Amino acid sequence: MMGSVTAAAAWLAAFSLITVQDAPIVQPGAPGEAATRLTPEASVEMSDAGYTEADIAFMQDMIVHHGQAVEMVALIEARTENEAVRAMGARISLSQSSEIELMQNWLRARGQSTESKLLKSGGHGDHDMGDHKMDHGDKDPMDMPLMHGMLSPRQMKTLAAADGLAFDRLFLSGMIQHHQGALDMVDMLLSDPSNGQDALLSEFLSSIVGDQSAEILRMQTLLSALGSPS
Amino acid sequence: MTRTRILLPLLATSMLASAAFAQEPTEGPETAPVDVRTNLGSGLFDAENAAWNVERIGSVQSPPGFFDPEAVWRLPPEPKPGEARQRPGQIMFANTDLAFSGDRVFMGNFHGFNVFEAPGDGSLNHILSIVCPGGQGDVSVYGDLVFLSQEQNRGRLDCGGGGVSGRSSEERFRGVRIFDISDIDNPRQVAAVQTCRGSHTHTLVPHPTDTNVLYIYNSATSGVRPGSELEGCSNGEPSSNPDTALYSIDIIKVMLDAPEEAAIVNRPRIFADRETGEVNGLWKGGQVADGGQKTNATNHCHDITVYPEMNLAAGACSGNGILLDISDPENPSRISELADPNMAYWHSATFNNDATKVLYADEWGGGLGARCRADDPIAWGGDIIADITEDGLVKRSQFKIPSVQPDTQNCVSHNGAIIPVPGRDIMVQGWYQGGLSVIDFTDSAHPKEIAYFDQGAIDDGTLVLAGYWAAYWHNGRIYAPEIVRGLDVFKLTPSEFLSEAEIAAAEMVTVDVTNPQWQRRIVWPDSPVIAQAYLDQLARADSVGELGLGVETVRELARWEAGRPRTKELARLAASYEEEAQSADAAHAEIMMNLASALRRAGE
Repeated sequence: MMGSVTAAAAWLAAFSLITVQDAPIVQPGAPGEAATRLTPEASVEMSDAGYTEADIAFMQDMIVHHGQAVEMVALIEARTENEAVRAMGARISLSQSSEIELMQNWLRARGQSTESKLLKSGGHGDHDMGDHKMDHGDKDPMDMPLMHGMLSPRQMKTLAAADGLAFDRLFLSGMIQHHQGALDMVDMLLSDPSNGQDALLSEFLSSIVGDQSAEILRMQTLLSALGSPS
Repeated sequence: MTRTRILLPLLATSMLASAAFAQEPTEGPETAPVDVRTNLGSGLFDAENAAWNVERIGSVQSPPGFFDPEAVWRLPPEPKPGEARQRPGQIMFANTDLAFSGDRVFMGNFHGFNVFEAPGDGSLNHILSIVCPGGQGDVSVYGDLVFLSQEQNRGRLDCGGGGVSGRSSEERFRGVRIFDISDIDNPRQVAAVQTCRGSHTHTLVPHPTDTNVLYIYNSATSGVRPGSELEGCSNGEPSSNPDTALYSIDIIKVMLDAPEEAAIVNRPRIFADRETGEVNGLWKGGQVADGGQKTNATNHCHDITVYPEMNLAAGACSGNGILLDISDPENPSRISELADPNMAYWHSATFNNDATKVLYADEWGGGLGARCRADDPIAWGGDIIADITEDGLVKRSQFKIPSVQPDTQNCVSHNGAIIPVPGRDIMVQGWYQGGLSVIDFTDSAHPKEIAYFDQGAIDDGTLVLAGYWAAYWHNGRIYAPEIVRGLDVFKLTPSEFLSEAEIAAAEMVTVDVTNPQWQRRIVWPDSPVIAQAYLDQLARADSVGELGLGVETVRELARWEAGRPRTKELARLAASYEEEAQSADAAHAEIMMNLASALRRAGE
């Protein structure tokens, strides 16, 4: 009544006779122009849209950005027993770690360094981020985040020094700020249409937007459930 | 012609759904149950599958040139020193929407589109590939013309690869392309209509009287290109830029005898406030209610489903579901709108055949994420079913597939279409890696799943974007494009929820063309099969009434089926059902009146 689970092998055997025939593969050309026949290999080749310097810098920087989220989650273990916060942290750590791996692989596969130029230059970043530069004024370096949404060294120190409910609040509000920063970085990258054309990168940008927006919403709900500090 | 057999209705046997399948509307954060679909074994082409009341009768893999086996959406492994770089993934070859013309199926793709011959026996013969990168490649077909939506910045006017550089470029194409395939061996691009935000999806809309005119409603969701690239385009909120390309749809007019002249004729402000005329009159973004979804702002439609015979369109427009009067297709006007705390992104819409209901799908998370996990609320990422009343749209219920899916499977409600079972509102819908699901929303307050097909993830440990982009009914079969794997064909199998005659009645409906988001009124032929389908519905509702009447009806239908209808007897039975309907409740009375009408038509 609930349906049958069919062994895949049997299904494959039943349809093994259905194979793809050799149909023409055509690139039409601009309106009014003649079409061109392509080989399958030439067609696959055409899917590669290339990438820009800004794409490279984005991936290099985002590795650092994600790295801070993992550092923040690593604090949870010794500082809070709140199950919801711990579960949220575990999920974030897992997804950010696997995305770091994805970004490193994306860069390596294109023969690029995985290191952020912001780190090399000592930071106070966003110089590759279009016209959304942050105004640092004469701020103490302890209050300057390396890039959009990242916690400043002082914020990280305060978080590491907190525990219990105070930690939960700082962690959630900090991570919301952190995730929002990642969304801003995506917006800035895509403000130039030359960027983000590479298919895997484009897909990755969409998943950052989708996942981090969803996580922000969850964290906002958790944060309001904690109530306001007395 | 479909061969059919008359079934004896199962009198006085309750055929109601078991409790396990009852789908009560949910408001709270309840979650779906674990079922046979939850833990299917993974695999690219050899995943385990589960089928319930449908049978997969054919399947074809993505054709050569549209598939890169080395890149099927795994994280690319680290290359060895000196090795060539990896291909960046499979999304650029994602299969997307479908359109149908006779026996031909057109399958859109981020890389162009493919054409198959599909006679309905399950076979799928690939006859043409058009390469034209630019995503997402939603397709429609009309006569010899094929229409293709493209939105990505890499799209080129000449359908070439390699992308486009620069903030503004004459080589960049974002909009709706028109191809002429009258010579299938020599297809041509005849027009490329550029739009400010490209084209995410589009809908064909026929002119009410002029058969030479076809309109296209273009729904664009991505960034606005600069005026330096396309004249008349500018970005921003209407408060600072009254001419913003946001907050509108594009209406393109195509003269069928001169498609190369296709052009935008209007960009109506369909979200305007009725009182103030403010252009951004609908949902402004944020939570509709505490504890609800963060709902996108309404500055575009994702999909517009038109029902020209009813002069109606249903727009799934980001933050709202809307209803439009399209009696003047160049100037649609808004009748009603819905907002809902559970809807993150109003994505697509489907009318029932009588245009008394609309089912809106919510694409929570954009389709890329796993949204059917054990801790995902069942009220999020599913469908809303609304009645069209004198007061406009009124929400009646929600539906989400009642099955937990693993975190390796992207899953959320997506594209679907009506299955033409007479007297009932039944729809098939793709849920990405949630598989396909057939739901009955005849009772709009109690939608219910009545069939499904699902298969395991592509990969065991990684979420690889895959699954059914859509599931559409065309001339008796369900076709479902799988993002990575190719195209599948299904047929319905009889069950307690759908009888053999009801399926046969649906399979009798044949059309020349089926396009996504263009609904056409279904008319069933006069046939004993149709009457039998209604009789089965009475039996299922446990309401055949007087025993003798049912038995007589079966006997007369058998005569009709054999080509010897006794029209006087059929008319007498019709009168009896009409009389019974007087004292029956509304739902049963409607089936009785349908049956009576089908019996009377035998004599005409």
